[in-house]
This record gives sequence, structure tokens and C-alpha cells, in this order.
Amino acid sequence: MLLSVTDVHKTYETGEGAFEVLRGIDLTLDTGETLALTGESGSGKSTLLHLIGGLDQPDRGQIVVDGIDLAQRDDKGRAEVRRGTVGVVFQQFNLIPSLTVADNISFQARLAGHYDQTWATELVDRMGLTPHAQKYPEQLSGGQQQRVAIARTLAARPKLVLADEPTGNLDEATAADVMVLMLSLVTDTGAGLLMVTHSTKLAGQLTRQVHLRAGQIV
Amino acid sequence: MNRAALHALLSHWWRNPLQMLTLLGGLALATALWSGVQAVNAEARASYDAAAATIDEAQFDQLVMKDGGPIDQAIYVALRRGGWMVSPLIEGMVGDVRLVGVEPLTAPGASLPMALQTGGDVGAFTSAQGQIFAGPDAVEDLAELRADIVVSAQIPPGVAYADIGVVQRLLDRASEVDILLMNPEQPFRQAGLAEIAPELSVRKGQAAADVGQLTGSFHLSLSAFGFLSFAVGIFIVHGAIGLAFEQRRPMMRTLRALGMPLGRLIGLIVVELFVFALAAGVIGVVLGYLIAAALLPGVAATLNGLYGAELGGALAWRPVWWVSGLGIAVGGTAIAGGGALHQLARMPLLASAHPRAMSMAAGRRARLQALAAFGLLMAAIVLGVLANTLYLGFATLGALLLGAALALPVIVDGILKLGRGFSKSALGQWFWADTRQQLPGLSLALMALLLAMAANVGVSTMVSSFRMTFLDFLDQRLASELYVATSTPEEAARLEAGMTDMGVAVLPIQWATETFGGVPTEVYGNRDHATYRDNWMFLESVSNPWNAVAAQEGVVINEQLYRRAGLSVGETIEIAGQPMTIVGVYGDYGNPIGQAVITEALFQSLYPSVTALRFGVRVPEEALPEVRSKIVEDLGIPNAQITNQARLKALSTDIFDRTFIVTDALNVLTLAVAGFAILMSLLTLASMRVPQLAPVWALGVTRRQLGVMDIGRAVLLATLTALVALPLGLALAWVLLSVVNVAAFGWKLPMLLFPSEYARLGVLALLAAVLASLWPAWRLSRTPPADLLKVFSHER
Repeated sequence: MLLSVTDVHKTYETGEGAFEVLRGIDLTLDTGETLALTGESGSGKSTLLHLIGGLDQPDRGQIVVDGIDLAQRDDKGRAEVRRGTVGVVFQQFNLIPSLTVADNISFQARLAGHYDQTWATELVDRMGLTPHAQKYPEQLSGGQQQRVAIARTLAARPKLVLADEPTGNLDEATAADVMVLMLSLVTDTGAGLLMVTHSTKLAGQLTRQVHLRAGQIV
Repeated sequence: MNRAALHALLSHWWRNPLQMLTLLGGLALATALWSGVQAVNAEARASYDAAAATIDEAQFDQLVMKDGGPIDQAIYVALRRGGWMVSPLIEGMVGDVRLVGVEPLTAPGASLPMALQTGGDVGAFTSAQGQIFAGPDAVEDLAELRADIVVSAQIPPGVAYADIGVVQRLLDRASEVDILLMNPEQPFRQAGLAEIAPELSVRKGQAAADVGQLTGSFHLSLSAFGFLSFAVGIFIVHGAIGLAFEQRRPMMRTLRALGMPLGRLIGLIVVELFVFALAAGVIGVVLGYLIAAALLPGVAATLNGLYGAELGGALAWRPVWWVSGLGIAVGGTAIAGGGALHQLARMPLLASAHPRAMSMAAGRRARLQALAAFGLLMAAIVLGVLANTLYLGFATLGALLLGAALALPVIVDGILKLGRGFSKSALGQWFWADTRQQLPGLSLALMALLLAMAANVGVSTMVSSFRMTFLDFLDQRLASELYVATSTPEEAARLEAGMTDMGVAVLPIQWATETFGGVPTEVYGNRDHATYRDNWMFLESVSNPWNAVAAQEGVVINEQLYRRAGLSVGETIEIAGQPMTIVGVYGDYGNPIGQAVITEALFQSLYPSVTALRFGVRVPEEALPEVRSKIVEDLGIPNAQITNQARLKALSTDIFDRTFIVTDALNVLTLAVAGFAILMSLLTLASMRVPQLAPVWALGVTRRQLGVMDIGRAVLLATLTALVALPLGLALAWVLLSVVNVAAFGWKLPMLLFPSEYARLGVLALLAAVLASLWPAWRLSRTPPADLLKVFSHER
């Protein structure tokens, strides 16, 4: 099993008191499986994604990614998981503005220490980014930037890809193109995919769907 | 409307207290440095005046008996009645203390102890019982006199002052005085000296201009650096105001859209800045006072007590302090905020509201900046070569500093670009690229650091060059241990014979006046002696110039004559009809006129009517008391005519050194201000950088790593800045010493290099950068993940 989430709880302190975002989440994902996480705004989708990505820690419960219990890892250990095991695609792309497209794509793989030039070149090519390789992010359109973000994640060959509304900032046609590309590449790498989305149409393209409401899976 | 608008404008500062702190802190520090430097300058100038007064103790013309004996008091009365502004002086030794009797009501100002100059109790001083002003070291010797001794640290060691009547009584020398000091301002009509007192002759005082001119040079340069320190602070203020304007741009647009007239909006901002300037100015003036007070412990008190009337109030709370301090704060704010206000005045009502806070895409601006920097630096080079007036000298300085400051980001950017090319690791490449990206935001702080470091290098070079030159100057001019002024040729002959009997070297000081190439010059006839060979420094000479002088073939001249008459080594000049080859040019810092030195024998043959009446006496320290007593007791030359210059030189050097401590402290303070600028820039950038750092963190770089890299970034930028600052500082020192000084005073100070001082400065600068980056880096490494996650959460 690639991912196992067991009885995960998370509470945030807000100005109006404690707010329990996740209330006992249980979830599993196998290698090669693609799962869509849907739900209303504020239902806890992104929080769950951040916990699985080791970007935040649950108050209670256990998250195991590729056999690694994240609760047993300190800040440095979780950073290691983020570098090598998990890859996150953000809605706002979050590219590094000071690096070129080519450097952005190779960045995470080189951080993780398993950069494969051939694979990176193939990714650039399949994403249609070859003419833009030496450009800077600010010189690209939104769709192109998201392709760079996806390529950056997949260049590191993560075992688990986490995508947080990856097409939320794109128009419908571009979103469809990006989605097709991402799914095909994830399938090729054999990674698992957990994608947060509002769109039932996009969710339908994945092998499994889970709906979150008020911090619980329904 | 005003109230509501002001509330809206001020709300920005409440929500960004760090920015407010930067603005107020920067302005206060700039004002403090300026005010502090002004006080230090005043004190430095005072120190030099005091040193000058100490060296030229006999600065006033004096009337002395032709036979060298005491003057009858009746002659003094007759002279006063004849319209002569003279004041009697008597002195004698009490143990090891030189007891000087003065007449406080007629004595020229600087010949009196400070306490009396500034309204001391003259009544008590001149009473029958009298008072003796003495330093703590003299109390024991004076105890036997059973007089009212006023102990004061302001009196130099080995001297005591009392009313002339008291000293006459104590020395048992009623109705006689040693010399009569002549007031520099004498009435136009007065009876001739030969009519009233034919037995007296005038002994010319030594001009005090020598050190005064040297002082002026130092003061001028220190003022320039004071201004530079202020400029460093204004860079900080400019950055803070600029950032606040950019961030408030949308608010200003909204205010205008809601009906606020542009004029009134500008007026409100002017009021806002004026209030800030006043508040920071008050803090700055207080800080400046504290800085000056802390930097000059005891110096002012020691020196002011004795010499020169202006010194006493140097650190008093005077209105001019407040006015100039607040003025400079308001002026500085106006300079720093002028550009932003101009932009606001030109901003169209419907301009895009997006804040371009740090203007990352500044390609066109960078090119313009590079062009401007190049133009200014070229102008500085041309001006540096051609400048021959003070204004052009300062224009050179301005062009050089501004050009270098503008060039800095361009140079650093180029080096960072290069560094990125060499970097192999992903994180390394990001580090270089990210540092480049931060550059526009840090530019002003780096420029401030550049100016601070350049000022430091310049100050170190100038001060150290100045100090070494001055010490050489003192050694050169005050090499003899005793200076004796005789009154008659017979007395002079007696002195020479007596000293020769004791095996003590005597160096006659004799001169005649000539004019070379329109330059008034004193031709000296020096005895061939190791004193000159060992101590005199030549700017340019043939080998062994003193040999040529001794052989009556050569003459050495001072720099003033060399420059003003356009002479050169090897050239021939005629001295009293005798052609002489110039064999050397020596530095003669501060002397307003030309000087030429030939050997004694030749001088006597060329100017047979001139007889040496002044002498330097070379005597080992341990034999001083014996020789002095021989001169006074056996040869009958009054004590008042002997000056222990070696001791005065030590005192002068000490005074100088204490002033140089001040400049050291000033260096550290200027660097601290630059460090403050870096700290504030990093803190301001820190909040803006979270969106850039969060993705890197999310990709697996720990917060600790990011923090360490932030410190590394600060060190790298500080190092690059230091590398640019070193040549700039040296260029600065060169312009001051070789252009400004020459334009102002007609002679140049030699520029010496002090690598160890520069290395120490570099370490200090790096330390400042590390200290400034520690807190922001620590904050970054402790940023809660929740804050970093907000970057991603805010996406929806």
C-alpha cells in the first residue's frame, strides 16, 4: 500500500475559537491508483493534502507514505520525504521566479539527488515546453506555468503525486489539456495520484473518488 | 476630510511598525551622526588649536631687556601710559613646578588659564592672599608656599599660574618682571619704544598658523566624512519612504478617487513627514550629543580649561545645536522624500493600483543606472585630474560617490550571474539566482554599506596618513629637547660656548627673508647635524641631499615654494646672488610661506648681518635638569626664555591621539548604521519573501537550511560590497588628500596605505552583515509551517 491515513484529526485555532477541520479521516491509496478528493470549500481537502505531503502535522492519527510513518519524522525527515517520495502540484504553480523553465523542472529532482536528464528532456518535450525552456516563469501563460509545475514534480519520479486543484486557475480547454498530460505521465511513472478538485468532471477521470464534508469522508 | 485622510495614511505605519522604526531610526541615526561629527569636529579643531597653542607657547610678540635681565615694573607702567598694550609676566621655579605670574586684566586671552578667561573669580585671583591654579601633580611642590591652591585638571603638568603680585612676593622679586607680552592689537598711535624704553627690544612671537593650517585640512576632511555619514543615514530613510509610498499607492489612488484633492494629499504627506522628521530629529540631536560626549571623555574638559575661549561650550546645549540638528533632519527627509512626492504629483488618477513595491522587473532602469554610473565615474576621473578649486574637488567627490553607489548593484548583479554559472548543485543555483532576485530590494542598504565602508577606508587612510605626517612634522620641527631664545648676540655667544663646554650640541635657528618667483620665503642657515639628517622627510630629492647642502652646493626647499614657484629638483635658484641647485623638497605642513635651507657657513657669508638668537639644544633626557640649570644659573639666561619642546611635543601627541580615538569610534558607528540599514531591509523583505520561499520549502528544503542560506547571502553581498568599497575608499582618500587639500591649502598630504586596518574593517563589515542577518534568518528558520502553508491556502 502506497498511502495509509488512519483516524487523522486536525484542529485550527481561529479568532472565534478552535475549529476542527478534519475529524477522523481514514484513507488508503495503492501504487498506480488515482484518487480524486472532492468537497465544498472549507471541508478540509487541502488540509488533508498538506498533512499527507508532510507540510503540516495532524493532532491525532497516523499517516504512512510508502512505509514511512510521517509522525516519526522530524522537520528534516519530513523535508526528505517531500524531496524524494512525494511531489506536490499547487494551484498557483509556485514556480521559482528566479530560475528558468529548465532549471525549475530539474530543481526538485536534483534536490532529491536522482536527476535523470533524459527523462527531464522527455518531460519538457511532452509538455510542449521545449521552445520555452530558457524562459522565466513570468514570461509564460498560466497553462504553460502549470505544465512546468507538473513536469517539475514528475521529474523527481515521486511515488505519490499530490495535486491541489491543479487546473483551478486555467480556462476549460487548457485545463483539459493539462489534465490529460498529467494523467498520462502519472500513469507512465506508475506513481499514485491524489488530486483535490471541485470539478466532478475532472474527478470522473480518476479511478476512485472520495467526498469530504465537514472534515469527514462521506 | 483631513482627519480621515491622515488617519488612513497613518494607519499604514501602525500596521507596519517595522517600517516606521526604519524611517525614524534611520533619520535619527543620520541626524545623530551628523550632529555627533559636528561636535567631534569642533572638538578636534579645538584640540589642534590647543596643540598649536602648546607648541607655540611664545606666540605673542614680547618685549625683553636687551641685556636679558629683568624688567623694572616702572618701565611697564611707562609703556602702558605711552599707549602700549602690554602685559607683564614673571616666572620662576618652585621645586619642579614652573610658577607663572600673570596680570589677568591686561593679559592676552590665550595666555591665561581657562578658568579666568571664562569668568573665573578674578577678585580672588588678584587678592593679596591670591590663588594659585595648578594641576594635581604640582600640589606637593607648591605646598611649601602656604598659598590658596586651586587644584584643576585643566592645568598642564609642571605649570602653575598665579597673579603677578603673588608670584613677585613668593619669588621675592618685587617690582620686576621677566617679559612684557604684547597684545596682538596695538593702538594706531603710540609713543616709540626707543623713546619710552630704549633698553627693551621686541622679540617676535612664533606664528601659530602652522598647526592651524594643518588643522583646517583635517577639519575639512572630517566634515566631508561627517556629511558622508549623514548620506548613509539618508539612504536608509530614502528606502523606507520609497517603500511606504509604493505600498500606499493603492490607498492614495483610492483617496483621490474618493474626492481628496491632489494638493491636499501631498500637503498631508508633507505634514506627516515633517512630524516624523521633527520627532527623529529630536532623538537624533540627543543621540548626537550622547555620541559626542561619549567619544570625547575628558578631552574637552582638559583642553577647554586651558586654551582658547571657544572651547568651553563645545558640548553645551546650545540653540544652534538644536536648530542645525532639526534642520538637517527635516532637510534630509525632504531630500529622501522629494522623489516620491514628485511621483505622487505626477500619478494619474486612474493609474494601475498594483503596488510595484520592489520593482523586480527593473531591466530598463538597471541599464539607465549603469549608464548614469559610468557617466558619473568618468566625470569623477576627469574632474580628479583637472580639479584645481575646492568646489571642483567636492564635485569630484560627489561624482565619485554617487557613481560608485549607482554602479554597485550593476557590478554585484554581474558577479552573481557569473557565480550562478559556476554553481553545479540545484540548491546552489537557486541560491545565486535568488540572491540576484533580492538585489533590487537590498540595493539601497548595500549602497549605504558601500558608502559607510568607503568612508571608513577613506577616514582610516586619511587619519593615519595625517597622523604619521604630523608626527613626522613634529619630529622634524621639534627635534631639539630645549629651545632657547637669547636676547643679544653676546648672550647667544655665551650660550654656544657654555653648551660646547658641556659637550652639548647647539643648533642655531637663523633666517633671512627673500622672494623666489614671487613667493615670500625664509632662507634658513642650518648647522650640519644628524638632527636634520635623521628627522627631515623629503618628498623628492637627490641621493644624500644634506651632503650637497653641507658642501654649499645645494639647497633644500619646502613644498610650498616648490609648488607655488613651480620649481623642481635639479633646478638652480639664486640665493643672495649665489646660484644654488635644488637638491630636495621637504613636506612643511601648515607653513603659509616658502622656505629654503642652506648650510650655516654659507648663510653667514651670504647674510653676514644676521646673527642667530634662537637655538635648539640637543640634550639627553636625563641631563635636562643639569643643562637647564646651567643655562639659567651659570649663563644668566632667564628661565622664561627656555622652552622644553620635547615635553610639549609629548603633550601635543597625546592630545592628537585622543582625538584620533574619536574617529575610530566614528568608523564603528557609521558601520553600525549601515548594519542597521541591512537589518531593516532584510526584515522588510522577509515578510515579502515568504511566497518565494514557501515553494522551496515545500519541495524539501528545511527552514533551517533556508535560514543558513539567508545568512550566507548577507555575507556574500557584504563581501562583494567590501570589494567595491576598498578601491572607492582609497579613491576617496586620494581625492581628499591630493585634490581637496591642494585646492584648499596649496600642499598635499602624502597618502599612505594601511592594509591591516582595511582587513580589520572588512571583518567588521562582515560582522555587521552577519549580525544584521541573524535575526531575520532566525525568524525564517522558526517560521511556523502554518505561515508557509498560508501561501498555498490563499490560492483559493
